[in-house]
Amino acid sequence: MAHRWTNNLTRADVTPYGAYLNRRELMAGLAGLGLGLAGITASPARAETLEPNSWDDITSYNNFYEFGTRKDDPKANAGGMTTTPWSIRLDGMVDRPGTYDLAQILPQMMIEDRIYRLRCVEAWSMVVPWQGFELADLLDLAGVQDGARYVAFETLLRRDEMPGTRYPVLDWPYVEGLRLDEARHPLTIMATGIYGKPLPNQNGAPLRLVVPWKYGFKSIKSVVRITLTDSEPPTSWNKAAPGEYGFYSNVNPNVDHPRWSQKAERRIGGGLFAKKVPTLMFNGYEQDVAGLYDGMDLARHF
Amino acid sequence: MFADRINRALRRLPAWPVYLLALAHVIWLIWLGATGGLGIEPIEALEHALGLTGLKLMIAALAVTPLRRFAGINLLRFRRALGLTTFFYVTVHLLVWLVLDIGDPAAIWADIVKRPYITVGMAGFVLLVPLAITSNDWSVRRLGPGWRRLQRLSYPAALLGASHYVMLSKGFQLQPMAYLAAVLALLALRLPWKRWRREIPTA
Repeated sequence: MAHRWTNNLTRADVTPYGAYLNRRELMAGLAGLGLGLAGITASPARAETLEPNSWDDITSYNNFYEFGTRKDDPKANAGGMTTTPWSIRLDGMVDRPGTYDLAQILPQMMIEDRIYRLRCVEAWSMVVPWQGFELADLLDLAGVQDGARYVAFETLLRRDEMPGTRYPVLDWPYVEGLRLDEARHPLTIMATGIYGKPLPNQNGAPLRLVVPWKYGFKSIKSVVRITLTDSEPPTSWNKAAPGEYGFYSNVNPNVDHPRWSQKAERRIGGGLFAKKVPTLMFNGYEQDVAGLYDGMDLARHF
Repeated sequence: MFADRINRALRRLPAWPVYLLALAHVIWLIWLGATGGLGIEPIEALEHALGLTGLKLMIAALAVTPLRRFAGINLLRFRRALGLTTFFYVTVHLLVWLVLDIGDPAAIWADIVKRPYITVGMAGFVLLVPLAITSNDWSVRRLGPGWRRLQRLSYPAALLGASHYVMLSKGFQLQPMAYLAAVLALLALRLPWKRWRREIPTA
């Protein structure tokens, strides 16, 4: 648990789930009475720009190709995924390889609130109030061996529960990877919930990776296997289109996707007339993570 | 005969409702988008709905000639309406992208030049412009046989439109491929197969 990351946004910056649903009514009512509501009207300026998206936005607009390629497919089709019991295989260069039961892992982890930006490679973005624990803590549970340099992840592949996997859209199962220092970075978490509720299946239940300074597809969902290796693991989108999706996939407004610009993004939930907003270097986490890439040419290692 | 019955039924139908339906549908889509009826990402949903309907109408217009030649079903009276509504949907699709999606003139030009799928889509649109302009009786009379040649621009336009859809999709997806296959099949039916076969030396 070295250099634990401190969240400068607190629970008070999250619009409570209940208030969120009633927010319009509340605002209208309270404005009429001349009252303010702490946490909504008194948020600091920075938190205002990071106002989390609604539960509906976060859980209805998803990329989870195992359940279909349309944004509304995951919500419609992911209900059939069995998420309990759930176990994760921790193997490769670890001291204690094995199949770990999630129910036994969770009590040993420190679950925190993390309000993160989420930037999809498709040039849209959201703000998500996650709950989760640092991946570093899970890796320590298995004991990372000295020579390990990368972490490989694998998503569940259960064809009868995942209709999208009947088509060769990608080479199933979905795999992803991080360099060990990226994986151990305090910003990198394994998420278990949103808005204090368990992760919905379409968001990667029961356990998913969240790497907030990388494009969303790096944050692999419904993880069943984590392997420590000494060489760069293959990643699904890199295998599908290496010219478009590199291993690092750091959010970078200066490096365009070959088919579209990455300079700006559209915030989900803005409606039909919302303007795009500029994309931030490392998705706004430059201060925290730029050091990981010192000396690297980010246009080549994209 | 079956085809005759269809043709007789169709003869009573006017073509003008096609225009009215298209206009009403586009207004309905925009209204849905503005009022939350297209989900939480209405710009993308609107772009896709307009583009896809445009492609479907293009395919319908391309099917008119093969249907008549091979099935005896005569939809010729509807072809102009299908073509012009194709152009209408594609134009609104382009406008939504220009105004609501990108919004920044410099970024628009950069995208058209730099992004192959946008270049291809844009080229398809440009090819549709002369077709739409000449889709009236006066132009048909004025251009004579040249009009028929000019209307063949619809072949590359359809090909570019379907390619645009395939190119913008992530991963290997079935639906865009199916549209491209439909366009290719309809164009293949226009190749002079018989003449070509006759020209092959039989010795």
